[in-house]
Amino acid sequence: MSQSHNQTILTLEHISKSFPGVKALQDIHLSVNRGEVHALLGENGAGKSTLMKILCGIHQPDAGRIVFDGAERQFERYNDAIAAGIGIIFQEFSLIPDLNAVENIFLGRERTNRAGLLSKAEMRHRAAMIFDRLGIDIDLTVPVRHLSVAEQQFVEIAKALSLNAKVLVLDEPTATLTPSEAEHLFSIMRELKAHDVAMIFISHHMEEIFAVCDRITVLRDGQYVGTTDVATTDVDALVEMMVGRRLEQSFPPKPARNPGARKVLEVRALQRYKHDPVNRFDLHEGEILGFAGLVGSGRTELARAVIGADPAHRKEVWLNGKPVKLNNAGDALAQGIGLLPESRKTEGLILDFSIRDNISINNLGKYQRVGPLIDQGLEGRTTVDVMRQVGVKAPGPGTRVGTLSGGNQQKVVIARWLNHHCKILIFDEPTRGIDVGAKAEIYNLMRRLTAQGYAIIMISSELPEIVGMCDRVAVFKQGAIVTVLEDDAIESNEVMRHATAGSHHEFA
Amino acid sequence: MQPQVLTMNSPDTAKAAPGFATRYKRFSQSPVFFPLIGLVLVCIAMALTTEHFFDPDNLVNIARQVSVNAIIAVGMTCAILSGGIDLSVGAVMALAGTLMAGLMVGGMPPEAAIAIGLGVGLLFGVANGFFVAYAGMPPIIVTLATMGIARGIALIYTGGYPIDGLPDWFAFFGSGRVLGLQAPVLIMLLVFVAAYVLLDHTPVGRYIYAIGGNEEATRLSGVRVPRYKLLVYGLSGLTASIAGLVLTSRLMSGQPNAGVSFELDAIAAVVMGGTAISGGRGSIVGTLIGAVMLGVLNNGLNMMGVSPYVQNIIKGVIILLAIYISRERTKRR
Repeated sequence: MSQSHNQTILTLEHISKSFPGVKALQDIHLSVNRGEVHALLGENGAGKSTLMKILCGIHQPDAGRIVFDGAERQFERYNDAIAAGIGIIFQEFSLIPDLNAVENIFLGRERTNRAGLLSKAEMRHRAAMIFDRLGIDIDLTVPVRHLSVAEQQFVEIAKALSLNAKVLVLDEPTATLTPSEAEHLFSIMRELKAHDVAMIFISHHMEEIFAVCDRITVLRDGQYVGTTDVATTDVDALVEMMVGRRLEQSFPPKPARNPGARKVLEVRALQRYKHDPVNRFDLHEGEILGFAGLVGSGRTELARAVIGADPAHRKEVWLNGKPVKLNNAGDALAQGIGLLPESRKTEGLILDFSIRDNISINNLGKYQRVGPLIDQGLEGRTTVDVMRQVGVKAPGPGTRVGTLSGGNQQKVVIARWLNHHCKILIFDEPTRGIDVGAKAEIYNLMRRLTAQGYAIIMISSELPEIVGMCDRVAVFKQGAIVTVLEDDAIESNEVMRHATAGSHHEFA
Repeated sequence: MQPQVLTMNSPDTAKAAPGFATRYKRFSQSPVFFPLIGLVLVCIAMALTTEHFFDPDNLVNIARQVSVNAIIAVGMTCAILSGGIDLSVGAVMALAGTLMAGLMVGGMPPEAAIAIGLGVGLLFGVANGFFVAYAGMPPIIVTLATMGIARGIALIYTGGYPIDGLPDWFAFFGSGRVLGLQAPVLIMLLVFVAAYVLLDHTPVGRYIYAIGGNEEATRLSGVRVPRYKLLVYGLSGLTASIAGLVLTSRLMSGQPNAGVSFELDAIAAVVMGGTAISGGRGSIVGTLIGAVMLGVLNNGLNMMGVSPYVQNIIKGVIILLAIYISRERTKRR
């Protein structure tokens, strides 16, 4: 697959970038051809995001050059890159929730008629053409907040295309999609390929990379490792390039199940709204109970209702054999139940706070020595201990949490609960968006905790994780727990069969 | 990554006495750095353009003039840090002041009158807090409404006229001296010290910052957010009524129309002191600097004989400038 020179649309050469105290990128190369889907692979913190921010003008490189469409370019700011024909779909969407798809696509460059009024029909027509071309059928008239996450992503893509993007960067686009939605996205990507649009695809899912990508460039610790054709490589080789050592995504061994384990949490009835299904489940000491199911099947909602973070129509919860009232997360904390929320940035962490302040936020009473005053020395020392316990890698307890990688941020949230006396932990997508190495560390940490008698509920959309980690699995479908699997029954196809019940979904 | 982990494991390097460069760097990143520079610049400008700026009498004068706004700004700092705002402070101040005056003139023991005045201010704040924290209403609307209500009650209570004839000793809070220090200045400093301890050294303070930083994360971590929001607005009502005590004592008169637009001066002091209007970031020391900066401006412009109309414009421009600088700074983080 030798590509002739004029097919190259974008080349990044010798890109280096330092931030105070950190060499973020060193001598990075990336070359993308027209109509190519090029995967950018690397653990979190490897420098993928920084590289993409340099490409789109958010950061300026210290050294190196960008050649785009045959000319050397310097993008002073984001808008320059957009105008030149680089489209970026960030993980956090840039859509205005209350505007519809058409209004979003033409935001800032609305078409007007001679009287200076909006030509709504024209804009709508042009938008419809783009969606037609992509084979996307969505309602263009409703505010985008009524669209699903996948549909919003399609709107973002359409917006980029309406700007004549020649290179499209997709930053973990599938992280929040269901398998069938992801499949739809891939078919759109193939369509774009046929129209000669080049794509840079960032994903942690190997099978996705093998499904849609042509070539792969791997970064590790801010350095260029290599570029390879998808056709001539395999998962093991890629993982080795990423982590620099052979590392199979292995799970710690499951201990034998203890049938006599005490029930620590009994949800005897939980109904969110009046006509919703009534769910019940138990959680035993020392076990990991999985909540499996498709995205949107009601797992997070049920977990939040249990701890009182969201209201419930009917709720009977027993803790250690006694009924308890859990009306808010504060009540749950008082009873020793902690939640690691689905979105660590918006629900888990106070990004402006230091590691120390994030960990101790719900347990400050522990550090009071004189009256109401916090002993900050003691607080700092304890934080260092807890950080070591869960393996947070950072310069120190005073480091701002917003500057940490995803895996370290997740560990900070976990540390918050371990620092408290919580023995029941609910982990909602604990490994979403974090790299292979950090995942393994979190898995090991979970097993260490259960060995100490902690009980964990793990909500996960990653089937291997559910199968590899859970002692029992509650499978959700449309808001209801349809079955609870144990032992050998915990197996990918079995879980999927219950989650989809007859329909022919593929788990990504 | 590796060397960073190392630092954590070797306390020797971490605890080594920081050199001047490090210390300067740390100071330059502190939230009060730019407000302090602003204050120094304003002082230099005033010293160059007016003759008697650095006269001790003038400095004392500035401190006294600043005190009422600064006290109000303490509560405002808490409200803004928590991601909210309190527009009712000026009106609550007037209500507390007129109540104290009226009750005292009506023959109530002064201690009781003062306590009732402060209590009503606190109550108004708690009511604000209830609507914000438990009814989930936006602070700007709630406090706009209670601003009107408090002002209205003050006007009805006084019939619209100032209440005079206060007992002589009551002048103490506005013009008395303790250990050579003006009483209003002393009260202001006490309020600031209390707020500093609360915000920087107690759990409550940490919660206030956390709520402003990320309310949802704070709530999900098990912190009982509503009660701390209630407390924040209660504090704001309390500091407003303390300011009412000082002002009423200084004027020796309960003025129902006092404190109009004081909420804006307080907000200006808070943001000029480097506190983010969106909450979560800032400091109480910064607020003191911001309030003094405003006071110096007022004083200097008056001494220069600048027309009050022009003064408004100059102050507006300086506030814009101050906030522009602090925004640029946060962007670079």
